[in-house]
Amino acid sequence: MSHSALDSGPAAAGSAAAVSPEPGQPKAETTPPVRKRRRSFLPYGLILPAAILELLIHIGPMLLGIWIAFISLTQLNLTNWLNAPFVGLQNFINGLNPESTIGQAFFSTVGRTLGYTILVVGFSWVLGMAGAVFLSSNFRGRALLRTFFLVPYALPAYVGTIAWAFMFNQRDGAVNQILVDTLHLFGDERPFWLLGENSFGAMVIVNVWQLWPFAFLMLMAALQNVPTDVYEAAAIDGTTLWQQFRRITLPMVRPANGVLLMVMSLWTFNQFNVPFVLFGATSPKEATLISPLIYQNSFGSWNFGLGGAMSVLLLIALFIASAFYIRMVLPKGADND
Amino acid sequence: MKNPLKVLSAVAATAALALSLSACGGGSNSPQASSDTITYWASDQGNSLDDTAAKLKPTLDRFTEKTGVKVQLEVISWTDLYNRILTAVTSGDGPDVLNIGNTWAVTLQETGAFEPVEGELLEAVGGKDRFLKTSWSTGGAEGKTPTSVPLYGLAYNMYYNTKLFKEAGIEKAPTTWDEFVADAKKLTKDTNGDGKPDQWGFTAAGASVSANSHQAFVRGLQNGGTLFDKDGKPTFDSDPQVEGVKQFVDLMATQKVMSPSDAELSQGSQKVDNLINGKAAMMFDQSPLKNFAARDFKDWGVAPIPMMTADATGERGTQSHVAGINLSVFKNSDNKANAIKLAAFLTSDEEQIALNKAYSSLPVVTAASSDAAFQTEEVKAKNDALANHSLPMPLIAKEGQMETLTGTAIKNLFAKAATGTVSEDDIRAALKDANNQMAAAQ
Repeated sequence: MSHSALDSGPAAAGSAAAVSPEPGQPKAETTPPVRKRRRSFLPYGLILPAAILELLIHIGPMLLGIWIAFISLTQLNLTNWLNAPFVGLQNFINGLNPESTIGQAFFSTVGRTLGYTILVVGFSWVLGMAGAVFLSSNFRGRALLRTFFLVPYALPAYVGTIAWAFMFNQRDGAVNQILVDTLHLFGDERPFWLLGENSFGAMVIVNVWQLWPFAFLMLMAALQNVPTDVYEAAAIDGTTLWQQFRRITLPMVRPANGVLLMVMSLWTFNQFNVPFVLFGATSPKEATLISPLIYQNSFGSWNFGLGGAMSVLLLIALFIASAFYIRMVLPKGADND
Repeated sequence: MKNPLKVLSAVAATAALALSLSACGGGSNSPQASSDTITYWASDQGNSLDDTAAKLKPTLDRFTEKTGVKVQLEVISWTDLYNRILTAVTSGDGPDVLNIGNTWAVTLQETGAFEPVEGELLEAVGGKDRFLKTSWSTGGAEGKTPTSVPLYGLAYNMYYNTKLFKEAGIEKAPTTWDEFVADAKKLTKDTNGDGKPDQWGFTAAGASVSANSHQAFVRGLQNGGTLFDKDGKPTFDSDPQVEGVKQFVDLMATQKVMSPSDAELSQGSQKVDNLINGKAAMMFDQSPLKNFAARDFKDWGVAPIPMMTADATGERGTQSHVAGINLSVFKNSDNKANAIKLAAFLTSDEEQIALNKAYSSLPVVTAASSDAAFQTEEVKAKNDALANHSLPMPLIAKEGQMETLTGTAIKNLFAKAATGTVSEDDIRAALKDANNQMAAAQ
């Protein structure tokens, strides 16, 4: 029976609390049925509210989102979305057809987002690691610098990005004031930072600025756990600083690194705030990432089915990548616990 | 033994109940309450949300005095309004009366969430003959019962800085496109001697998607094109459409009478700033007067949008889309009788005069247009454009998508012009892309 397995949980819980030393089938027949039911319902009763809320808040919308990918949901049937026509895989076919404008945009965007993720996570990690190693030695003003480095992380993401958008403004932004008016680079030609090819670089800079303090914070915490006597021993053996970093620091922070890189990659791959605040509802072609593309398809052209299909593909891709990564790279739970 | 199944079924039942509740929405099944309060969502027509509310208050007070019905007002910014309306439409839980941008009318009509303007509602607003014909035509798709009535009228005109005109020795505003470009060249100058122009002939918000799409519409028609053919298929990349968009983009790309910086402007008010500051001499706008007044700027003049030939009529004589704001009654309203009363009151002759005066927009009922307040040169020019030189944006369900696609294409072309060059092929390719996406969505 399929539910016998499910039943073992409450039965075990019930027996632990029971006075009778002999749980089991014959015992159940002698107990009044009402009492037995009440007793074994309790654990379910306790998790019921949580289960219902989890279903409503988490699983329900998720399933709904997947369902939307298979129907043709536009503004015309929004009022009655339960009756939106089922179109099967049509949304996926439209989104994935490399011949079509939409498909081409999708594939080039996925590639660009991958490159973007590698750049942003790479720079953030290097900066965070450098900062953490630098600040793990003792010197005056260390606490001040630590706080200072964390400012971008403490600022609300929108506020920071809006400030960058002002700074990158072509006509009177701070970036061009410094580069063109003061340093006379670019031959007095004011470059555009938020249009055309430069927009991708500008977006990388803003995102690294926002993300690296997190890497810094995590790596600094990990470095605190490396015992100093290991370094002392290595120094006595005559290792260089670079050798110490490669042979001691890196292996010691490896578990932290594993989690850190995965979390940062997932965040960056799904990045939406930075391009949305920098460029508005539609990003320049050269800087369109996958999340803004989904937003544009869903809310710019009111094609929720297509947006849903792209979201499902994104979900599957990230799920597979994460599962693979967790099995291959992260330390096994059994070794650690 | 039954417990797990029971739990599962209870959970499933709860979830199903919750889903069906959220699907049916509130509002719809409550009885026709005799509540004396209705809710009204107004669009932002003033200088700010507070300004809009303050200017609406006297009208709403008069309404309460006359009918005993209180109005709970919420002014919603243009960036939020469409999403708020769609949320209300989806949940079935919205205000009793609301303003909509009139270009959304057909899209929203298709959702079936608004009360058709017939029977009681049509009678209450006094029949369609009271209204300006062009404005009334935006109420819904052709041949269908409209679901919105006009409230405020707007139209594009050309506004210019008279001081800069005088300096350049231009006595009369240009009437044809060629004259306009020639004048714009005269007005583009280097005033501080660094070898680069810092005063420009023309300014526009190159990153404003909706404003760009309006120009795609108008310039296409002036060149003999349309955005859709008779069968409703998109023709964004037809020769006349490409030509029209090229004329507009060329102002920056080849004629160099528009600052490359304009490619980054996304707000209409930023270009109005350029005109006031003397950084640019001409612009196309619907109602900059409230900004002029707020900045105490007096050196402005107004003229019709230039056409290909001075005497163009019909489609080729289009200068503007029929711009404006419409009013709809929510179908799910618990308080429809009072909602209809408010719709009738806001479109009455007296309130049309009061409101449109306050917002410097145009009355949409003919009787109000003759009021002394609307006899200024500016209003007359706007009225002439609205009554004789405007056509409604395509009255199709996917109008919003069309605006997004054409407007974004032009935004990207301006970005390209600002950072490099734009050829006719680039323009054709961009419009073809937009056309393909439009066709795929239909």
